[in-house]
Amino acid sequence: MLTLTCPYCGIACDETELSPGGEAHITRFGPGSSDQEFETYLFQRENPKGVHFERWRHAYGCGKWFHAARNTVTLEVYGTYSAQVFEPPQSVKDAISAKLPDWSWRGLA
Amino acid sequence: MTHTGALCPAKMVGTMNRYSAFAVAREAFRDHAGWRRAWGNPEPKRRYDVIIIGAGGHGLATAYYLGKNYGITNVAILEKGWLGGGNTGRNTTIIRSNYLQDPSAAIYEKARSLYEDLSQALNYNVMFSPRGVMMLAQTEHEIRGYKRTAHANALQGVATRYIGPDEVKRLCPIIETRGPRYPVLGALWQPRGGTARHDAVAWGYARKCSDMGMDVIQKCEVTGIRQAAGQVTGVTTTRGDIDCDKLGIVVAGHSGHVADMAGFRLPIESVALQALVSEPIKPCMDVVVMANTVHGYMSQSDKGEMVIGGGADGFNNYTQRGSFHHIEETVRALVETFPMISRLKMLRQWGGVVDMTGDRSPILSKTPLGGCFINCGWGTGGFKAIPGSGWATAEMIARGEPGPLAAEFGLDRFAEGRFIDESVAAGVAH
Repeated sequence: MLTLTCPYCGIACDETELSPGGEAHITRFGPGSSDQEFETYLFQRENPKGVHFERWRHAYGCGKWFHAARNTVTLEVYGTYSAQVFEPPQSVKDAISAKLPDWSWRGLA
Repeated sequence: MTHTGALCPAKMVGTMNRYSAFAVAREAFRDHAGWRRAWGNPEPKRRYDVIIIGAGGHGLATAYYLGKNYGITNVAILEKGWLGGGNTGRNTTIIRSNYLQDPSAAIYEKARSLYEDLSQALNYNVMFSPRGVMMLAQTEHEIRGYKRTAHANALQGVATRYIGPDEVKRLCPIIETRGPRYPVLGALWQPRGGTARHDAVAWGYARKCSDMGMDVIQKCEVTGIRQAAGQVTGVTTTRGDIDCDKLGIVVAGHSGHVADMAGFRLPIESVALQALVSEPIKPCMDVVVMANTVHGYMSQSDKGEMVIGGGADGFNNYTQRGSFHHIEETVRALVETFPMISRLKMLRQWGGVVDMTGDRSPILSKTPLGGCFINCGWGTGGFKAIPGSGWATAEMIARGEPGPLAAEFGLDRFAEGRFIDESVAAGVAH
């Protein structure tokens, strides 16, 4: 079972305690954006085979949203971090680079 | 499970055995020495008119109908693993076409009707068993929803009807219709829905493709897609470069990965969906039952195993495993609906990587890359669609434009907001 550590309350949670929230760091586009920006925001997803940054909610705990860096093939978790950031912290990126030197995800690596 | 056929001749055209009762009798008199391999094991050529990536049901059906309907036989079907080893060999084999939206009903009913005589068309027994599929209504909303679907199906020419709880009980006596929590209030019944032997569908198509002179190439992973001036020119594989005029990407859960090689993104996320079977028991259920409110569906295989569809993971993954807790959730729900299975042992469990779109409908589309076509997004319900999907994709590749079956399933529908929303209509077991 997938286990993630909630960065807010510090508890190691089984996935049954969490709600998955999909891809993280998506720029929200709304009224005034181009059709393509709006479509990208709503539907286009990275869906990588490998490193994935994603949102989770500690639904049956503190209730807070957070982010996780996880491998979609091995299910290895590289780290969790606050949802209030535009990109993953350097410590998480370093943890990924230590395992997968050639990783990339959009423009973040 | 792997039939790579190392001993067969490279050229298979026209050398296929025709399977018949007579052939079985004939072979019985010569120690079965006359059976030939069902399909070839060729080395990739340098160039093909059409390359299909993915030798699952959809890819093989696409190739088959390219040959059968359009006479295009200089075709290679490339498979990174073994034939039918992805979702084609990992589903619960259910076939139905009781969809709400017109474009869905059209393509799924095309598929279901092709399944009716697929064994004859392929000369390969796919064991299509139109035993009937019922989708239980266990809430007031489901009653209304399924009555609406039954009316829609009547207009679409899909034979379904809404039935009451007494008929549910008559058709499937092992259902507990009285509840307590979710009594069975009725069901949407499709008498000509059913099941088929999933591996046989892949094998039957592969055999016919091979017989038409196509190359089914296993253990050949595509690692890159080559292009020039916005037009596809070929693929790079683990067995060398292969050129092509047209390319079909038919790789289900790995569509995003292959689309990335071609330089475009898809409105798709891949998750693991799992299924499980019980120990084999005597025949107790001769219909397929889907219970969407309690989240489970079940049928009985010819071997006697109860075949159970489980839940999909809520997070992206390519694991072909699935989260453990879904098994408990699924089995718990089914025990309430089928109390007699409470003592059954589960024999094995497996997962497949399914490609989920935003509106839970498939994508059959041209792509931003010229000459490159994609068939994906079947999500948790692709097996039932294999013949219709192949039919429509072959038409699209042969003509360069989607035909009537595929027209509504283009990639542009997401930008235009022209969804084919089946996520609510189909419930859990889409």
